Amino acid sequence: MREPLIRFTDVNFIYAKAHGGEGLAALKDVNLDVFEGEFVAVLGHNGSGKSTLAKHVNALLTPTSGQVIVDGLDTVDQEKVWEIRQKVGMVFQNPDNQLVATTVEEDVAFGPENLGVPSLEIQSRVTSSLEAVGMLSYRLHSPHQLSGGQKQRVAIAGVISMLPKCIVLDEPTAMLDPNGRSEVMSTIHSLNREKGITVLHITHHMDEVIGADRVIVMDEGRIVLQGTPREVFSQVELLRSLHLDVPQVTDLAERLRKRGFEIPQGTLTVNEMVMLLCPSD
Amino acid sequence: MRMLRSVTIGQHIPGDSLIHRLDPRTKILSSIVLIVLLFVVKGFIGYGLVALGIALVVRASNIPLRFVLRGVRPLMVILVFTLTLHLFMTDGRIIFQIWFLKVTWEGLIRGLMMGTRLLLLIIGTSMLTLTTSPMQLTDGIETLLRPGKKIGIPAHELAMMMTIALRFIPTLLEETEKIMKAQMARGADFQSGGITQRAKSLIPLLVPLFVNAFRRADDLAIAMEARGYRGGEGRTKLRELKFQRSDMMALGFVLAFALVVGAFF
Ligand SMILES: Nc1ncnc2c1ncn2[C@@H]1O[C@H](COP(=O)(O)OP(=O)(O)O)[C@@H](O)[C@H]1O
Ligand SMILES: [Mg+2]
Repeated sequence: MREPLIRFTDVNFIYAKAHGGEGLAALKDVNLDVFEGEFVAVLGHNGSGKSTLAKHVNALLTPTSGQVIVDGLDTVDQEKVWEIRQKVGMVFQNPDNQLVATTVEEDVAFGPENLGVPSLEIQSRVTSSLEAVGMLSYRLHSPHQLSGGQKQRVAIAGVISMLPKCIVLDEPTAMLDPNGRSEVMSTIHSLNREKGITVLHITHHMDEVIGADRVIVMDEGRIVLQGTPREVFSQVELLRSLHLDVPQVTDLAERLRKRGFEIPQGTLTVNEMVMLLCPSD
Repeated sequence: MRMLRSVTIGQHIPGDSLIHRLDPRTKILSSIVLIVLLFVVKGFIGYGLVALGIALVVRASNIPLRFVLRGVRPLMVILVFTLTLHLFMTDGRIIFQIWFLKVTWEGLIRGLMMGTRLLLLIIGTSMLTLTTSPMQLTDGIETLLRPGKKIGIPAHELAMMMTIALRFIPTLLEETEKIMKAQMARGADFQSGGITQRAKSLIPLLVPLFVNAFRRADDLAIAMEARGYRGGEGRTKLRELKFQRSDMMALGFVLAFALVVGAFF
């Protein structure tokens, strides 16, 4: 079997208390493999440890015990931290609080500048990254002139200009309107499909999970459920007990099944449902 | 409230003129030379020559005169104040006298000189900010200060701070406006009452603003670290500053001009 790009082995993480005493365990015995090119979604209610998990992938946090390996590099290795941060880009929730520079192009250049990439190379990376997220015509705008969705796309461009193997997005759509959300989601999916960038997408919008290759459900610092979206959403009762919703269609399917209709568990899309209810041919 | 929005930071007007293309360092140094020169020059002939020089630069920059003069408007009050102060407060040959206020020849001349000096200073230095983007300006300052690192001047950090400030001023203004509206919707009144009353009414505005600003700073620090930021060491630039032949010539010309005008007028 091929090596995973990211491997968590028995990872525990405890946030230190400010005044000594028992800290708070935010990750408990986490084991996780993410392979190159995968699109993995992470679900979980507030405080379940999703952001803590995300920060472990690019060495913003390191395990209290256990090990995180990224592309063969151990995240506790101080010498390799910058290499790991080049390989794993992070996009955060608040679009306003992650753009650094006064123009779009300068912001996209920030990462490569930190890596010491030569000027000419930075310029071509800025162009191709902005093109990839559909923001090239905004290159001279300043961030405050953009909508939330556009800012998030610039933030994504700022990360892919570092040529990462993987991007981790920590609830990138949480503060966006529906238009912004779909802009960002289609951008992420096209990067995954066309550039083969591995994606770890953290969200609490169920419909953003449907397109993933794999879903991970977290609760109180543990991974409690893992599988394809279909497998995960067939566990309606378990998800409910974790205070998570299921997509509307799945919810409808579940109710219909309880009334005696023959509908398979984990029905996800409207189209599927239509085919099940009104088989045309 | 409209006012907050109309505050523009850095009045840069993009263009491709001779002046726009100069290295920001050339323009910063020239501005410093101008400031020094204006304090050395004592007569109207000197001011006339400086004015001529500035006029040539304005002409070469292709920036419409109204943009140049727009920078003068906010400082009009200071200008008029300076003029009046000198007009009435200088002893000398009296032109006319109203009650105890004496207007003197010396005062008139001093006032006009000071006014001209101030005007030239404003217009001259605004050519720097008009033709240079904030980014180039910070880059210029950073490279100029770099030799000062040995004596402890944190050149890169200062430039980074300037950039972040410029980046977040519009964001914070927007936020101020939003909070003000929210508080006004709940009956807060920012306009009326005496000074203490008004200062008090600002507390519910400033507290959330500061709390948010600290959270933003925290988030930004993490985001910058995640993008590989570790200070100025080993960093490259999207566009390296290049000191070209035209910069040498421009700087040489400015220096020669300043020496001649400063020495003789
Ligand atoms: N910097 C911190 N210091 C102490 N505790 C924290 C810190 N950040 C998060 N926590 C705690 O760790 C737990 C997991 O948080 P987090 O990973 O942010 O969850 P999520 O992103 O799923 O909402 C929560 O109980 C939270 O209160
Ligand atoms: Mg979180």
